[in-house]
Parts: sequence; structure tokens; C-alpha cells
Amino acid sequence: MIGQVIFIIILFAAIYLFSKNAGKIRRNILLGRDTDRSDHPGERWKTMLKVAFGQSKMVKRPLAAVMHFFIYVGFVIINLEVLEIMIDGVFGSHRVFSKVLGGLYGLLIGGFEILALLVLIACVVFLIRRNIIHLKRFSGVEMTSWPKSDANYILTIEILLMTAFLTMNAADHKLQLLNFGEYIKAGNFPVSHLLSPLLPDSARSLVMVERGCWWLHIIGILAFLNYLPYSKHFHILLAFPNTYYSNLNPKGKFTNMASVTNEVKAMLDPSFTPPAAEVSRFGAKDVTDLTWKNLMEAYTCTECGRCTSVCPANITGKLLSPRKIMMDTRDRITEVGKNIDAHGKDHDDGKALLDNYITREELWACTSCNACTEACPVNINPLEIITEMRRYLVMEEAQAPASLNNMFGNVENNGAPWKYAQADRANWMKQ
Amino acid sequence: MAELIAAGQEPEILFWVGCAGSFDERAQRITRDICKILQHVGISFAVLGTEESCTGDPAKRAGNEFLFQMQAMTNIELLNAYNIKKIVTGCPHCFNTIKNEYPGLGGSYEVIHHTQLIQQLIDEGKLKAEGGESFKGKRITYHDPCYLGRGNEVYEAPRKALEVLDADLVEMKRCRSNGLCCGAGGAQMFKEPEPGKKDINMERMTDVLESKAQVVAAACPFCMTMLSDGVKHSNKEQEIKVLDIAEITARANGL
Repeated sequence: MIGQVIFIIILFAAIYLFSKNAGKIRRNILLGRDTDRSDHPGERWKTMLKVAFGQSKMVKRPLAAVMHFFIYVGFVIINLEVLEIMIDGVFGSHRVFSKVLGGLYGLLIGGFEILALLVLIACVVFLIRRNIIHLKRFSGVEMTSWPKSDANYILTIEILLMTAFLTMNAADHKLQLLNFGEYIKAGNFPVSHLLSPLLPDSARSLVMVERGCWWLHIIGILAFLNYLPYSKHFHILLAFPNTYYSNLNPKGKFTNMASVTNEVKAMLDPSFTPPAAEVSRFGAKDVTDLTWKNLMEAYTCTECGRCTSVCPANITGKLLSPRKIMMDTRDRITEVGKNIDAHGKDHDDGKALLDNYITREELWACTSCNACTEACPVNINPLEIITEMRRYLVMEEAQAPASLNNMFGNVENNGAPWKYAQADRANWMKQ
Repeated sequence: MAELIAAGQEPEILFWVGCAGSFDERAQRITRDICKILQHVGISFAVLGTEESCTGDPAKRAGNEFLFQMQAMTNIELLNAYNIKKIVTGCPHCFNTIKNEYPGLGGSYEVIHHTQLIQQLIDEGKLKAEGGESFKGKRITYHDPCYLGRGNEVYEAPRKALEVLDADLVEMKRCRSNGLCCGAGGAQMFKEPEPGKKDINMERMTDVLESKAQVVAAACPFCMTMLSDGVKHSNKEQEIKVLDIAEITARANGL
């Protein structure tokens, strides 16, 4: 009884805390400018099913894809087991599904155990790739101590959770064989029974191990849930809405700024009166000048670095790293959110995404080749942020590199990016 | 174009030459080859000549949306005045801009890139690879321009145009959606690169050299410049030729 009460208190505290922090992220995302992504719902569902649910973009790197698939499927399916644990915890029952499912239950638990083992293996492989092999993709200027620790924490927690799960099952199975108390026969536990020799033989100790691991597992899961909002691991949730709201246009198509269209129309046609528009700046200086989709992407990024590893600028040693663009955006919007919590809505901390986080040198190194957007397994678009920030630099600050200003001048005056006379444009025909 | 209108004629297709195709000496040769192909198959076409102006692509990628929209609206006004329905471009950047970004500003046309036109003509049996230079057995690789490949998912048309040559076609390590940029996009063509350890076109040269190709097929005048420079800097001008797909097609047909 006391166990049930403690469980319910912990469960609700965990859910409350998570909702509060997830709500803050939602609020932060909605600080972004509006953009309409409600069109083509059918195509959007399809994209989400294919890219997020079906992991279609992971396969370009087969080893990582297989390992990630183990963890992903393990996570999704083992959650059925968590559902049982919740019910048992609240009602004080033991393996409540075993009574309902009968023989199927044993198969199900067997499946969970195999998945748990695969998750364990995948996490160990991932830890080795990060900490022993030192894969290049997991380093870089933006991979400072926190992002590196974050990744290791996630993998370690997952290893601990799976170990607790398997140890719990092993003790349970041993108790079942002893026909002890409520531990009724519930299958043959294909993986965990291998751990039996490591466990004590007395029923009392086994119950302690089983209960201990049960609590460790469920408290671990609830703690992990509350770690998500502080971690890149939040991608397990946001990957779905983020792919749903994907850019469905060809990658080469950049947005046409409506605010500029009105001004250009007024310039070309003096009789045109532009509709009264809200005064905002052109392009993006800070995160709140970006769209909510850009900000959602920043929270979705799990820092895998596929974007940076294919970026031609980064490959050739330039400062630009698309992953850094996303991480900076996330860090800055988190900071803006904290300012709101501490000082209210209109607080100005004198900082901005531009210069305080992302330098101009990074922005001007981009070739807009779309390799990063193509590589991202969850359809994040760093190029859009780069473009918005370039727009700010050019249209608000007039701070483009001198050679680009020359190009602008040429386009404006001669209709070509080079200094050739418009009248000579058809000279190629004469040869 | 103006002359055709004066004569009361409407061409089947407008050939949008682009700034590089108009002014860059190397790209002008490609422009003339595209014209030769159009004439060879008997398509009636027109060019805007001195009325053509930059699409605004480099301005837009560099963040100058004002200048882009000024260019776009002026061009759209002209294209609509001439009642243009179909456009073929000699450059993936013009192609992308007119196809994707002009409709929102009032300019909707059927836009294709010249490699798509060549593929269509081959499919229709109007264009073959005969009567000219033989590429049979030659080792050819194709470099995907970003704004044709990833930007608009045109991967097959240029490759189909090469398949008729009966050549030894090889892919580079980074190709199709994994293709590596030549380094010129996003207005980089018009500025010095940021400090780094090497130039992007030289990085691409490692793929070219690894493919052991004798011909690198290009489909973009900016890629052409970057790849040709790369070949030059690698001292491989004798061994490796960089040719546009239009040039290869024209040569193979003896045009």
C-alpha cells in the first residue's frame, strides 16, 4: 500500500515537472515568427511516417542506421512494458498483462528481452564510437564538454535502464521457478535467464533484487523523461512534429519575403499603396526573428553531425558548421526563455544570435548547396537560418563583403553580376 | 524575341541564356552549342538578347531580397508581355529561380533545364549520338550541380543524355543527392572564400581524380568555371576535359 502511494506521488511529480518544462519549450518555440505549414496534410503525414517513423533518411550510414534502429524500436516497444509497470505500480498488481495475455505474454516478454539486449549492444557500440574510436563526426568546435557529456549520459542511462530491466526479469524468473508467492510462471525469459547464475538463491534476496530493479527501472525512466527537456535527446519527441511540418517545396526554392514584395511593388508602381504591415526587421538578427519552425528544428536537433560532415565549407576547413548553427539557435532561444522567466517578457539582455553566437564569417561561408538539409535525418534546415541572417546583414546593416556589394551594384546597373554592359549581352551570337 | 514579335511570330520555347552564358567566354561556347542543338532538331526558339537581365539569383542567395525582387518583377513583366509559356535555361541557377521563385511574384512558366530538354529529345528519337565525335569507351563522370540535383531533384536527365554515348560512365564517390558542391553557389562565385585549409573545388578534384575520368560532364556554367580551375590547378589539363552536357551532345552529333 505504501509502495503504491509512493509510486503514485513519484509518477505525478514526474509528469508534472516534465509538462512544465515541455510547456516552456513550447512557449519558446512560439516566440518565433509565424509561418504557415498547415497545407497538404496528407503529404505531411506521409513525410512524417516515412522520415520519422520509418527512419528513411538514416540508411545513408548503414551501421549507425541499424544500431539506431535497435534503440528506436527498443524504446517504442519496451514502452508497452512500461505501461504494465505503471499499472502494477498504481494498483499493486504483479505482471498484470500475464493474466490477460496468457501464453502470448511469454512471447512478448521474450521479444522485449531480445530488444533490450540489442539496445544494450547498440549503446555500447555508440559509446565506443564516441569515446574510443573518436569518430570525426562527433567532434568539432561546437562539440564542447556539455554536448559530449550529454551524449554519454544518454547512452549510459539507457544501458542502466536495460540492465535493471533484465536483472529484474532474471530475479523474477528465478522466483517463478521456486514457485514463490505471486511470481507466477510468465514465459521462459530468453535473455535474462542467462543472468540467473549471478543472482542469489534465497527467495528473500531474489525478491529484494527484483523489487529493487523494478523501482530503479521505473524511477530511472521517469528521471530520464525529465532529463529530455534539457538534452538533445528531446529529438525522440520532436522528430515527429518536426518532420510533419517539413518544408515540402523543392530545396532550391527560397521564400519570397512578402514585406519586400510590397516595397518593391510600391517602388515600381507609384500608384500601388502597400497594405499596412507590422514594423519588423528584414531577416534575422536574433532567434525571435526566425520562424517557430526554425526554433522547433533547433530543439529537434540531436547533434548527430551528418550535416556538418557533408558541408563543403566545413570539409574544407571553414568556420561554418550547420550543426553549430542549430545548437547556437537552441542555446540562444533557451537563454531568451530564461530571461523571460527571470525578468519578464520585454527584458533585453543586449545579446543576439548574430555575433554573440553565430559569427558573420560562418554565415558568408555557406554555398547554399543544401547538402546539410539533404543529410538531416529529421529534415532540419540550417540553410534557412543562414539565409535569414544574411538578409539581416545585407538589408538592415548593409554589411555584405565588399565583393558582394560590387556584385549587387553590377546586377542593379548592368543586369549581370559582372561589370559588363547590358548592350553587350547578345554579343555571343556574333561569333 | 523583339524581332519575332514584330514579325507576328511566337516561338515554341524561350531560351534563357543567363549572365554566364551571355558574358563568360567559356560559357558562351555552351550557349552556342545549345542553340545548335535547338536548330538541329528544328525547334523554333527565341532569346531575349539585350532585354534579358539577371534573374536575381546571386542577390537572393546573398541575402539581398530587394534586389532579387526588383530583378524578378522586371523580368516577369517582360516575359508576360511576350506571352512566354515555356522556357529552357542554360544554367541551373536561372532554372531554379524562374521555376520556383518567380511563380509567387506573378511569373508562372514551364521551365526546364537544357539537360532535361536534351533528354526529352533523345527519348523522342529526335536526337541521337551520331555523325560526330565518338565518345565510345571514353571514361566520363558527371558532376551534379546543387541547384539541379538536390535543389530540384533532377538527377536522371543529365545521366540519360550521357547514356546514349556508349561511353564508360562512372560515378564519383560523392554523387547524386550526396554530390559535393563545386564551391560557387550561394553567391560564392562573386567573392573570395572564407579562410580555410583548401578550396572547395580542389576538394571536389579528389573525387574527380579518384574516378579516373577523362571527361567531367558539367551542367552549370559556375561548376564549369570551378571544375576547370580545379583541373588546371591539378595540372591535369591534358588528361581531363571538363565539358558541358550540351557541348558533349553537340560534338557527338557533329553540330
